[in-house]
Amino acid sequence: MSKNNELTRRSLLVRGVAGLGALTLAGCQKVSESTWFSKILGIGEKVTYKVQRLLLPRKAMAQEFTDADRSPQFRSNGTSTPNNPRYQALAAHGFADFRLEVGGLVDHPMSFSLADLRALPSRTQTTRHDCVEGWSAIGKWKGVRLGAVLEAVQPKPNVRYVIFHCADPMEEDGSSPYYESIDMEDAFHPQTILAYEMNDQTLPVANGAPLRLRLERQLGYKMAKYVMRLELVEDYSKIAGGKGGYWEDQGYEWYAGV
Amino acid sequence: MTKSRRAVRDGSLYYRHSLTVRIMHWLIVLSLPVLLMSGLNIFNANSELYWGKSSYSGSPPLLALQSREGDDGEITGVTRIFGHEFDTTGILGASKNQEGELKGRGFPSWMTLPGVQWLAMARRWHLFFAWVLAITSTCYVSYSVISRHLRQDFLPTQKDWRSIGKTVKDHLLLRHPTGEAAKNYNVLQKLAYLSVVFVLIPLVILNGLGMSPGMDALLPGWIDFFGGRQSMRTIHFIVSWALVGFTAIHLFQVIVTGFWNNLRSMITGKYRIPEEARHE
Repeated sequence: MSKNNELTRRSLLVRGVAGLGALTLAGCQKVSESTWFSKILGIGEKVTYKVQRLLLPRKAMAQEFTDADRSPQFRSNGTSTPNNPRYQALAAHGFADFRLEVGGLVDHPMSFSLADLRALPSRTQTTRHDCVEGWSAIGKWKGVRLGAVLEAVQPKPNVRYVIFHCADPMEEDGSSPYYESIDMEDAFHPQTILAYEMNDQTLPVANGAPLRLRLERQLGYKMAKYVMRLELVEDYSKIAGGKGGYWEDQGYEWYAGV
Repeated sequence: MTKSRRAVRDGSLYYRHSLTVRIMHWLIVLSLPVLLMSGLNIFNANSELYWGKSSYSGSPPLLALQSREGDDGEITGVTRIFGHEFDTTGILGASKNQEGELKGRGFPSWMTLPGVQWLAMARRWHLFFAWVLAITSTCYVSYSVISRHLRQDFLPTQKDWRSIGKTVKDHLLLRHPTGEAAKNYNVLQKLAYLSVVFVLIPLVILNGLGMSPGMDALLPGWIDFFGGRQSMRTIHFIVSWALVGFTAIHLFQVIVTGFWNNLRSMITGKYRIPEEARHE
């Protein structure tokens, strides 16, 4: 074969590869936008959830840190001042009139004032907050054990999830309130708390006052701020977008342990 | 020549790669680029790398890809690495989006999957193909040990170690073994493949797992061995680029030692021994 032919073949090959690359990328973009393909990729999350649940003992604890490890300032992420008149009225009175409503599939629906919650068993923990974006910050939290709240209301046997209904609207017009959901194994985990203190101070509004969820074995978006109401359910497919959380409805995974 | 390499009837063709190896090779070829590109999209969501347990330890990032807007509204891309700043407009920090506008963005659109900045979808790609890579590499390692592929083909022999100087020289001069010698991997190949299979891929998987708050709870504190979660994110990033480096050298070698022959051997398993060998 002559050198010329060899060269043409080579440049054809290079062009072919580049063209194929561009086509593949365009194709990847197309399939990313299709529901069926997104569903296939979603198998990854289901496998991760099953495997981590299998591998991790029920009470496996997230790492805890010392005061020295704490981040100088704990970043406020997402909403920092909920655009909600009812919430703002509560905040103006230092949440003295705040009541956490707990209902749904329970034997005794109840509502708790902050003083009621402070009287229940608490836990203090210095943990790392991992955002889905990639950053981490370390803070100290004190709050009521979610398990203790749930024991007080007596969940019915068919309950599978706890829904956290929040005060912060995610749309400018005040609609689409933040919400999240977790399973019962996480709900009764010793480190799962509704925090009312951060770094030895009353929880600031920027970080979710008066109550925010701490769910230390999952990513930040699961840890709902401005929690107003807990609802115990068997299934979350009828709530809002049906995916079990505000960010889940935008395409993020329900299981955020990874 | 080892027993596992059955001679093929045509004298110059021999059976080089078993079907198992070929399937696993192509699964890895599929997953590595997807993982790299979706990983870069994920990186873009927070285009900084830190060392330590958290991103807020008071020390500046080791690497930051940022954009700056001048008084005239012009956007520049800035790469900051160990405190040194470089203008990388067009590639890092700021690059053109699919509509051709210059926008602040860590890695450019053509390097990421999906091309648009879309964290949720990038994570779907990444965490699906992470399973493909993890399962394939576990199978590969088990297979290599059980079938003796590892001992027969990858572990350098005494002779290999002695020939290391000559092999380096041959590689630099692009002189490639022929005849019987071409049937076995040379010592540099052995070391390169061993370090990918037993160092780089395990490291990239381990450091990926270390970013999972769930996996961290398996044995609280195990990630401190690597310096903490943000260090693991940094190591994951560096090892990913080391794999890109390996792939570039591997592809170069595949091309200069006979592209079609190599390609055929990874598709059908049959490899043609370089011509000169027959006259030896």
